[in-house]
Amino acid sequence: MAMTRTPVRLVLDYAVLGVLAFVFALPALYLFLGSLKPSDEVLNGLSGFLPTDLSFDNYSAVLSSLNSDSTGYFWQFMGVSVLLAFVVVTGGLFVNSMAAYGLSLLTGRGRRALFTLVLLLMLVPFESVAVPLFYMFNGQRNTTYIQALPFIANAFSVYQFHTFFRQIPPSIEEAARLDGAGPWRTFFAIIVPMSKPVFASVAILTFLIQWGSFLWPVLMVSDPSVRPLPLEISVFQGQQPPDWGQILAFGVLLVLPVLVVFVFFQRWFVQGVASSAVKG
Amino acid sequence: MNTVEPAHTAAPGAEHASSGPSVKLPRAGRKNRDWLHGLLMSAPAVGGLIAFVGIPFGYAVVLSFYNVRLGSPLEPSFFGLEHYRRLFTDPDQSGPFLRALLNNLTFAAVVVPLQTGIALGLAILLNRKLKAIGLFRSLFFMPVVFPMALVAVIWRLILARSEQGMLNSLLDTVSFGNWGAFDWLGDGATAMASIIVLSVWQGVGFQMVILLAGLQQIPGELYEAADLDRASRLQQFRHVTLPGIRGTLVFVALLTSVMSFRVFDQVYILIRGGGLAEDAARTVMYQAVTTAFDQNNVGQASAITVVFFLIVLVLTIVQRRLVRPDNED
Repeated sequence: MAMTRTPVRLVLDYAVLGVLAFVFALPALYLFLGSLKPSDEVLNGLSGFLPTDLSFDNYSAVLSSLNSDSTGYFWQFMGVSVLLAFVVVTGGLFVNSMAAYGLSLLTGRGRRALFTLVLLLMLVPFESVAVPLFYMFNGQRNTTYIQALPFIANAFSVYQFHTFFRQIPPSIEEAARLDGAGPWRTFFAIIVPMSKPVFASVAILTFLIQWGSFLWPVLMVSDPSVRPLPLEISVFQGQQPPDWGQILAFGVLLVLPVLVVFVFFQRWFVQGVASSAVKG
Repeated sequence: MNTVEPAHTAAPGAEHASSGPSVKLPRAGRKNRDWLHGLLMSAPAVGGLIAFVGIPFGYAVVLSFYNVRLGSPLEPSFFGLEHYRRLFTDPDQSGPFLRALLNNLTFAAVVVPLQTGIALGLAILLNRKLKAIGLFRSLFFMPVVFPMALVAVIWRLILARSEQGMLNSLLDTVSFGNWGAFDWLGDGATAMASIIVLSVWQGVGFQMVILLAGLQQIPGELYEAADLDRASRLQQFRHVTLPGIRGTLVFVALLTSVMSFRVFDQVYILIRGGGLAEDAARTVMYQAVTTAFDQNNVGQASAITVVFFLIVLVLTIVQRRLVRPDNED
């Protein structure tokens, strides 16, 4: 917006933004400050919001041995979450990008049928298949692979890749093919290196969703040794009496990886979110 | 985090536009086996989608017609529409489900306008060329990356029922010691409102970013022209901004409504460990999970799932219908 700005307006703008941002940031601030307080001071009203003495005791307690009857260790939960995120993100990038390209090689009726299938399956939210999946894979409860498997193939990712690949000029592909490259080489040597932006935004979006994934672990996991972080924090906070300092420190450690990814790859985050919505 | 799974505005025919150039390759003398490679390349993802989305989805419909219980020695028996009848009309058994449906409708009816409105306000506020505006944008977007499980825990403390709960303590201070303790999560009157507030806090940045992208597509000349015509800020908003982002706004509103029906994590966690009033806050997905998991009643849970899907489907169709005309640029 091109508008003439007076200094007064400018100050006012910043004041409004500043106040809103502060109110908005309060819950997050509460989390970080609380994680540095002794447990009995976390729930200490307004006067106790700013801690008098900060310490990392909660963190060392969480990292060395959790105050949790689930007999799990923090690094175990973290390991499960990291493994799941890694498998779902890398596996997803691989199969979904390949499928997006593969589908564009098809012709005729088969092409139309498969594209329609992918677009239709994109309409089915995970929530509507959670119960039958829970029933179908009941024998695989408390395994790591069943936590990752349903999320690797992702219709929305295929769609995102497809939208990007469509914009690559056909001449580039034709040149590769004339040089004798088959479809596989064309894809891996020409298309993939040209498509870093879409790989980045799909990876980040997938990671974000997977990292916070909760519904499926609730249904499939009871054993602490294969429990991912979000499920563990729900177990941890439900224990009586809750050890708030440690719970919040655990929470900070849970959000830290996504926060780091967010800070460093913010552009891709926003691009992925916005492009999927605005461009369609 | 289940909220960031943007739907999309593609029309089911979108790919036809591209079917030309990327496929037509000069293949003089070369046998065309591209389709075979194409099939092989798409096999893992398509196979996975069929196995983990397509089949389970069909299975949900089938299971909803059967009396299936997990760990029961009895064979599953055909049940017809009995599950649906029980869910909707049985005076003894339909209570919790209908309540969940009503709660979910309330949630959607409040969250959709509230969250879209706040997101629009923030987007307009942040759509300026100010120093450090990027920092503000990141700040409002930040809660989106918070796992919902964590958000529930943070707000459990903020809304804690004791006098030492953050909100109670704040209200006590502003009212000069006249507030005391109030059980925000446990009281039936405020349970749903609490869930709404924490959900909006977590999710609004997402809608904001989409709307911001929409706002930035409005040509600056339109505002300059409006300035020349001495249009007030309000007039500019009504006659330039709103028409310019109408499509995005409709999209965001419907996206939010689909998300509102998926709400589960925060409700489940706060009911289980946070003293949230169960009946006042149960949602459709909460009902599906507890029916399947706690009652082992897979058949009825599947029926709930099917109802859930139908709601989402209707909303998605509405979304397509409303957004498509605008999207053909």
